[in-house]
Amino acid sequence: MVSDPILRLCDFSFELGGKAILKEISLSVEKGEYLSIIGPNGAGKSTLLKCVNGIYRKGKGRVEIKGKSLSAYPPRDLAKLISYVPQGDGSSVPFTVKEFVLMARYPHLSPFSSVSRGDREATFAALELTGTSEFADRYLDTLSGGERQKVLIAAALAQGAEILLLDEPTAFLDPKHEEEIYRILARINRESGSTIISVTHNINHATLLSRRILALKRGSIAFYGPSEGIIKEGILEEIFERSFRFLSHPQTGRPFVVPEWSL
Amino acid sequence: MRRERPLSRGVILAVAGLLTLIIVALVPFVGMKSIGLRSLLHPERGSSDSFIFWNIRVPRLLVSVLAGSGLAISGMTFQAMFRNPLATPFTLGVASGASLGAAIYVRLGLSFSLFGISGLSWFAFLGAILSIGLVYGLTRVKRSFPTATMLLAGVAVSFLFSSLILFIQYMSGFIHSFRIVRWLMGSLENMGYQSVLEMFPFVIGGGVMVLYLSRELNLLLTGEEMAQSRGVNVKGVKQSLFFATSLMVGGVVAICGPIGFVGMMVPHICRLIIGADHRWLAPVTLLFGGAFLALCDTLSRTLIAPVEIPVGVITALLGAPFFLWLLLRGESEKGLL
Repeated sequence: MVSDPILRLCDFSFELGGKAILKEISLSVEKGEYLSIIGPNGAGKSTLLKCVNGIYRKGKGRVEIKGKSLSAYPPRDLAKLISYVPQGDGSSVPFTVKEFVLMARYPHLSPFSSVSRGDREATFAALELTGTSEFADRYLDTLSGGERQKVLIAAALAQGAEILLLDEPTAFLDPKHEEEIYRILARINRESGSTIISVTHNINHATLLSRRILALKRGSIAFYGPSEGIIKEGILEEIFERSFRFLSHPQTGRPFVVPEWSL
Repeated sequence: MRRERPLSRGVILAVAGLLTLIIVALVPFVGMKSIGLRSLLHPERGSSDSFIFWNIRVPRLLVSVLAGSGLAISGMTFQAMFRNPLATPFTLGVASGASLGAAIYVRLGLSFSLFGISGLSWFAFLGAILSIGLVYGLTRVKRSFPTATMLLAGVAVSFLFSSLILFIQYMSGFIHSFRIVRWLMGSLENMGYQSVLEMFPFVIGGGVMVLYLSRELNLLLTGEEMAQSRGVNVKGVKQSLFFATSLMVGGVVAICGPIGFVGMMVPHICRLIIGADHRWLAPVTLLFGGAFLALCDTLSRTLIAPVEIPVGVITALLGAPFFLWLLLRGESEKGLL
């Protein structure tokens, strides 16, 4: 039995201020898939996430979630299906971790109902899964970059959506926190069957985690296929306009990529 | 930076409510002529105490409570929407828009009422909506309009409207001009029950809308895109909030003139006490705003009695140093919002 893709884009184009940011993007993501999006800065990766999430409306072409057009979803219903972890902008958020994560239950609350037991349980489960319960009562502004990023993921989890969009979740993080974040994401993907779409600059992590990779360049799809393909064919040179070296990992034997050293 | 809050928020809310009640109960007894409880309960023949109490001081008190609440909660709303501690009805030009509307009404010598509410209030409301529309429209011209630029746009709009008011004043006769000047100072003198009734629907209507949207305000405070991704209809909520604040600012300014600084100071003080969660912050701001303006008004009519200082002068005298302190806090500015 072939099931409907959970997310499908057909010839989707998007302009911002008269400039074409995305050009005729077509792709489909299966339920439970982990898709990594790579590409140079300014290729349209973040914009693509925002279009899928309904932050940017008005594009040409179709975006479908579970076989239904994106524009047919009211904001709350969309939030029950898709959650989003934005690129950390470091702006002040004057709430505690617990308050912030609980606020993500918004699409499940009606205006007059108070927070239910189910909402609290979802919150605690999300804090537990991301390892953030120990600082549940601290203010977001007092956390380190890595801790804050985990809290943002916890909130997206508590929102209870099937699709999780992440915009460079490990930017500015040290190697330890970077690995922790990827572990959490892999676990979410494996255990709760969530579909994950993550923008990243870490090509090796992307190939390790995801079955398929989407590469964007100047708003168009430069590569879309199994993650092995992006390393074998040396297509990276064309996407990033610089040379790479392809090696195999001394421990696992998996292929991995390092930038050509040319200073 | 963040202090622990030892008191539960329910207790703080209850205390704020009680404090407001006490102030409301005491204020009408204080004044140039202090009135004892006995003279109210057993009015003596020929004594004017009872009249002064019920027909002058009580309506004036009610007006000051309504005005303070409306201005304070408008300020709170703007600060959350723009994620900026300096966003207020004044810095965004809304108060001057309302003032312009009222000045035009006075200058044209109009006198009408609609649904039992005077044309003055309607004109002030339209002025408020106009200025918000202008500032909001400016932010729509370019996407990703930084908040700082938005505040500057508000200041520009405010200057534009202020100069239009000056122009209207210049073109008016002495009596009109004097009326506009006195009214621009912000005052609660000569308020009867008619004023209470005129302001009531504006402040209560707008206030209820803001209370209803307090959860959305919390999410807006985490950023518009974040709020959108959580399922908030950001555009619709913002329009509702703009409408609600225009109602309140217009309704208040039409009756009392532009009373400054209440909309900035009160929400900040409340936020320091109870935190940024608008489900608690909004009702506390509403209560404290009313009590604060009632107190300022009592000062304005007793400090150098029998002369009354316009209440706008009192709030500005208290507020300007507070404003400067807020600006000079520098790096810790983020802590407020």
